[in-house]
Amino acid sequence: MTARRAGRSAAAALGLLPFALYVMLFLALPTLIAVGTGFFDGDGRLTLATVAALGDPLVLSTFYSSFWLSALTAVVGAVVGALVCYALLGARPDGPLRSAVDSISGVLAQFGGIMLAFAFVATIGIQGMVTVYLRDTLGTDIYANGVWLYELPGLILPYIYFQVPLMVITFMPALQGLKPQWAEANATLGGSTGTYWWRIAFPVLAPSFLGSLLLLFANAFSSYATAAALTSQGSQIVPLQIRAALTSETLLGRENLAGALALGMILVMTVVMVGYSRLQSRASRWQQ
Amino acid sequence: MTGAAAGHRAAHAPSRPVQVIILGLVGLVFLIPILAMVEFTMRSGLDGEHNLDRWAALFGGGFATEYRPVFVALGNSVGLAIGTVLIVLVLLVPTMVLIHLRFPRLRRLMEFVCILPISIPAIVLVVGLAPVYSVVARLAGSSVGTLAFAYGITVLPFAYRAVQSNLDAVDVRTLSEAARTLGASWLSVLLRVLVPNLRRGILAGAFISVAVVLGEFTIASLLNRINLQTALLVVSKNDPYTAVIMSLLALAFAFGLLLLIGRLGADRVRTPRRRRAAPLVPKGPS
Repeated sequence: MTARRAGRSAAAALGLLPFALYVMLFLALPTLIAVGTGFFDGDGRLTLATVAALGDPLVLSTFYSSFWLSALTAVVGAVVGALVCYALLGARPDGPLRSAVDSISGVLAQFGGIMLAFAFVATIGIQGMVTVYLRDTLGTDIYANGVWLYELPGLILPYIYFQVPLMVITFMPALQGLKPQWAEANATLGGSTGTYWWRIAFPVLAPSFLGSLLLLFANAFSSYATAAALTSQGSQIVPLQIRAALTSETLLGRENLAGALALGMILVMTVVMVGYSRLQSRASRWQQ
Repeated sequence: MTGAAAGHRAAHAPSRPVQVIILGLVGLVFLIPILAMVEFTMRSGLDGEHNLDRWAALFGGGFATEYRPVFVALGNSVGLAIGTVLIVLVLLVPTMVLIHLRFPRLRRLMEFVCILPISIPAIVLVVGLAPVYSVVARLAGSSVGTLAFAYGITVLPFAYRAVQSNLDAVDVRTLSEAARTLGASWLSVLLRVLVPNLRRGILAGAFISVAVVLGEFTIASLLNRINLQTALLVVSKNDPYTAVIMSLLALAFAFGLLLLIGRLGADRVRTPRRRRAAPLVPKGPS
């Protein structure tokens, strides 16, 4: 009997094999290669020289740019997104407004990329709708000091454009988890709306909010397509530097630099995502 | 109880004017770039006139001739989307069911593996995928279709969440034990009992996978494969108008898909009615 059961378990375990193999080949192996190549030189010898390139002033300043771009757009996106979630509290969860906002958020958060670059060229490009309107009607030239859309500052608006919808998607469940009874209890005990938000809602929501903020940071930090489409030259942020390293092998005169940069990105992402999952598990206490 | 039913608004919800101001303002700001794209496609000449000529040209026959590259690329992307969905259906879903039924202890590990791709940026993955794909190209040729394997990883977190939430809501164990007691084979349990019950989760997972694949740029671009997004970027260099029109169409399509996903979810909440043998059930092995 037990032998048969063991046999059946072994057969069932065999069923896990295809997926395990697939994940090994296309997730584990590429990740290991990406992180590992930084430790080898062009001839396959173990070296720390490439990883040391992470300390190069040019690389450091790119990481710094990526960092503040991600942080800035994450903070703006989180605050605006949270406001939208707050406004949506009044709408029926299964009503048409909510489902429309959910779908739009899903599209804009996931689908951005190239399209976002087109959208912002059409909006605030040199001949963009808003640029032309401001110039011809209000006499303001947003490019008086040179065109910044194709430089680092030009990424801020498109990034905010996909950060806000992502915030709406990730933060809405937390806000939805606020129990009406808490507001009622607060009112019964003589608390004002201000006390309710300050003493009850904010502390409950804080872990979710910070968690979403970290997720937004990670999202901007790893984003590539919009920047690649907007800036065809230069490597203002880390993903673009990886592109340069992949397409021309001799950036900074070092081989396998893409691997070292990938390692640097993975390190930042790991710290951020560990923080995210810690905060998320604290937040989930209130969402049952 | 009547109070809760009549006034659905939670006590902490904002007042109507505040709600309208916030949603109106953010909505307007988010509408401007989309409007700018539409306005851009309707520009004619330098004198600021607008017409629908470009849309008419594209729909009236232009599909066949000068925009061929975009349509080849669109075909590639649709093929990749189908391939990715197949990977989800054939590799992910059976494994999740198996773990749910037979290896509950592996559930945390499975969740970790499936959510992991969120923390690995596509641009990092591509650094490691490049050597993997040079081997794949030697074995299976460098056709664009092999990209589906990479996309299967990219959509893993989304598909996993969609299917898992459905898996948690259905008593899979009782259903499969009942079917087994009645003499059904495992394949028959999976196809005729579990898949119909997990239909919504699987469909939602499939749709979100399609949306993600149609929007994917990073991996295709850096592995030098042509898909919809990389082709749009190339086209935009000579013919920005067509590129923008195509982006708008793709955007509308993705929006429709996600609206459909939302409906699937809402249906589940509103009408928990029993279904007869679902139409999705293929003929079981007799």
